[in-house]
Amino acid sequence: MMIPSLLHRFKIQAGIFGVLVCLIGVFMLLSPETFLSSRIYISFGSTIPFVAILALGLTFLVIAGEMDMSFPSVMAIAGLTFTDVFLVTQNPFLGIIAALLVGGLAGWINGLLVVKVGVPSIIATIGTQFFWRGLSTLLASGLARNIVPVRETLLHHILVGRIGGLIPAQALWCLGIAGGLALMLNRHVLGDHVLFIGDDIHTAHLMGINTDNVRMLLFVFMGTVSALVSVMVCLEMANWWPTQGEGYLLLVFASIFIGGTSVFGGEGTVFGTFIGAIIIGIIEAGIISAGLSGFWTRLVYGLIIVISVSVYARLMNIRRALH
Amino acid sequence: MENSCQDNRAISPLLSLREISKSFDGVEALQSVDLDLFSGEILGLVGDNGAGKSTLIKILSGVHAPDTGQLNIGGRQVDFKTYDVRRARRLGIETVFQDCSLGEKQPLWRNIFVGRPITNRLGFIRVREQKRAALEILHHHVGLKGAGINANARVRHLSGGERQGLTIGRAMYFDSRIIVLDEPTTALSLKEVDKVLSFVGQIVRQDKACIYISHNMSHLYRVAHRIVLMNRGRIVGEYLKNDLSLEELGVKLMMAHTISDGGR
Repeated sequence: MMIPSLLHRFKIQAGIFGVLVCLIGVFMLLSPETFLSSRIYISFGSTIPFVAILALGLTFLVIAGEMDMSFPSVMAIAGLTFTDVFLVTQNPFLGIIAALLVGGLAGWINGLLVVKVGVPSIIATIGTQFFWRGLSTLLASGLARNIVPVRETLLHHILVGRIGGLIPAQALWCLGIAGGLALMLNRHVLGDHVLFIGDDIHTAHLMGINTDNVRMLLFVFMGTVSALVSVMVCLEMANWWPTQGEGYLLLVFASIFIGGTSVFGGEGTVFGTFIGAIIIGIIEAGIISAGLSGFWTRLVYGLIIVISVSVYARLMNIRRALH
Repeated sequence: MENSCQDNRAISPLLSLREISKSFDGVEALQSVDLDLFSGEILGLVGDNGAGKSTLIKILSGVHAPDTGQLNIGGRQVDFKTYDVRRARRLGIETVFQDCSLGEKQPLWRNIFVGRPITNRLGFIRVREQKRAALEILHHHVGLKGAGINANARVRHLSGGERQGLTIGRAMYFDSRIIVLDEPTTALSLKEVDKVLSFVGQIVRQDKACIYISHNMSHLYRVAHRIVLMNRGRIVGEYLKNDLSLEELGVKLMMAHTISDGGR
């Protein structure tokens, strides 16, 4: 009974990893010049981490049975905070501190609405998504901000510089964050609480877990993570724009669900989300370098998402039928 | 000698509730309930749905605080302001809620320690220790030596009886003095019922006490030493098992309901 379930658990991980390897293999066959050179992978290392870090943060909320639709707008308000503080003070470190505080505050408000007021998280965060997007656009009068001087700052080198002139710093941050979060989920008491809350919040409460505090913490964490990524994006682009973050919403969800995290909560892995984000991140480049038009990208995303979640659903049903 | 011994027991119960009242949105769930629990006994708590049994055990186990009343554990009065599930467990009260004590999708080694994992100072779980303890519980307390069941198995793969065995084994592992069981034999096969009832018997052999709640009078009658009958938030009867037969207990239960219905 137990051995198949254990194998099964790794089957999902192995399956996702297999999909990634196959994809890269196919792309290598279709466009060897692109996919056999290191340049494309360095480029992936500069773009994928933004989606991946967001998806890793959201994975914890999804495992806990919650959802956050507001993170793209939290990115916008935090990014605006960062650029404006930087423009006024010329100090990017003050900027990032202010941005992280704003992100944490936005997350705390989400948590308040869900945990204390009792609004379902998907609805509460749709509300705050509109609110923060509206507020950022209003404050910026709908105009983008240019912060080219930020490229010369230490913070730029730390967060999104090129190490040895080659490796994007954000890729290393992403790896570090993924490692840390995997450790938290699998080995820390907090991860234990998150798993049990997602499994059944009523049981978790009766078993002495402070479900309110843990969920508040997760929302604040997601807000802070959104702010961090928005600062990275602002630094990378040397720019802030009013629709910043919007493009990430569906890519982040796709990464999480391709990664095998259950929408019902209680189950999910950091590894799965991480690989999911890479799969999502390489598809577009693969399609274009294979000579297809960029219009194919979304179609392929759609196929991969539908197929992977269908496979997981079948696996779950088979498992239920067996027991 | 025997008398004085019993007197001592009567003077210092393991747990006592005094004038506990609790209402939810104006509905009185408990009205001035007094209850004592003594070391070495299994107290059967019976009553219809809505009699107040669940509210009572939720107060005992720190899930709800009462509006008024006192709780004494081991002779010490509990401060309800700081009393919660963790505190209750620390004071030796372990509650096995019906269908609500295990995380279905989580492995056994997490479930044994849910809400109180063994951690180092930084909060990292000592997984190896937890797995070892889980195996010990499976083998010694639960007697689960079935093929393929080990610390990594998920709860959803266990039968109802195995789940009850696990939760009771967990309570015994943590050396709880007072174990509260809420409907432990619901939806179990006959064989599994026997197994669970024998677990319950073992609890008291270890000089502990148990509150056993059930709608199934015949199961409850097999293990309980003393039976307390609740109706509409009050305790309406208390019997020693030796003083009445299972049939008489059934009659008392029915009468309690009839009287309260008549008084509506």
